[in-house]
Amino acid sequence: MKKTIIALIPLGLFLLMVGLVLVPLFDGKDPSILPSAMLDKPAPEISLPAAEDGGEGLSLQDLQGAVTVVNFFASWCLPCAAEQKILAQLAAEEKVPVYGIAYKDRRSWLKDWLARTGNPFIKIGFDESGRAAIDWGVYGVPETFVIDQSGIIRYKHVGPVTPNDYKNVFKPLLAELKK
Amino acid sequence: MKFWIVLALSLMFAVPVFAVMPDEMLKDPAEEARARVISKQLRCLVCQGEDIDESGADLAADLRLLVRERITAGDSNEEVLAFIQSRYGDYVLMNPPVKSTTALLWATPLLALGGGVAMVVFYHRQQRRKR
Repeated sequence: MKKTIIALIPLGLFLLMVGLVLVPLFDGKDPSILPSAMLDKPAPEISLPAAEDGGEGLSLQDLQGAVTVVNFFASWCLPCAAEQKILAQLAAEEKVPVYGIAYKDRRSWLKDWLARTGNPFIKIGFDESGRAAIDWGVYGVPETFVIDQSGIIRYKHVGPVTPNDYKNVFKPLLAELKK
Repeated sequence: MKFWIVLALSLMFAVPVFAVMPDEMLKDPAEEARARVISKQLRCLVCQGEDIDESGADLAADLRLLVRERITAGDSNEEVLAFIQSRYGDYVLMNPPVKSTTALLWATPLLALGGGVAMVVFYHRQQRRKR
């Protein structure tokens, strides 16, 4: 009896390893999405020129004092166009200021693009070199950050904000932070 | 004759793979060499299997420039890596750091080897007893 049990240990270990591999394979999460290394840390300094003609530049100061949403996007990014409507809805319904940072974009492209998708942003910073994105740990667009009143990064969303994300993640989080 | 042609062709294509452009390279060869070493330790987050030295992605090019900037600004190799790790997390390092959470990751090959050796020894002892 003992010999049988011992003989079955390698099989048991193998099944354990198979389980450890299969569970993440099928849980529906995208393994290439990285959690933010900057959660619960202060938002990094921003000092960007305005993306729109005659607009104001974006700085970290703008984010202080209220719960804000910062969205890194680009006019050449297809999913970014799709999420503009959701961001507008979020800004209006949750009454939260949404700031945009245009990543490696061109002002002429932006103007046309915003005319098409609508502009939910209070201000848009122009990150031509992409350096601001690196400071925030952004590795692709779109990425959306939620910052609390003290300027601490509370959440980073990789990929477009879908209606589901809005309902299940952003709405409760913003309500929670505003308390 | 065919042999020599094939040999020549295969040697022509046996070049080291890297994506660093000539205009990215630092003038000081020692600093540039450090940049290459550091780049090989940083993961490209867009094509996550490659390091930023070999990746053709835009982000990799930006990070290569950033690495060279930090070197020129006087950071040590560890400081450059820490700078980028603080923004992107542990996953950006090609070699996962040795921490309590990664202890099992590093130890598993040794444990598996040890376990295999133990099983072989155990089996041999049993065989001996049978005789």
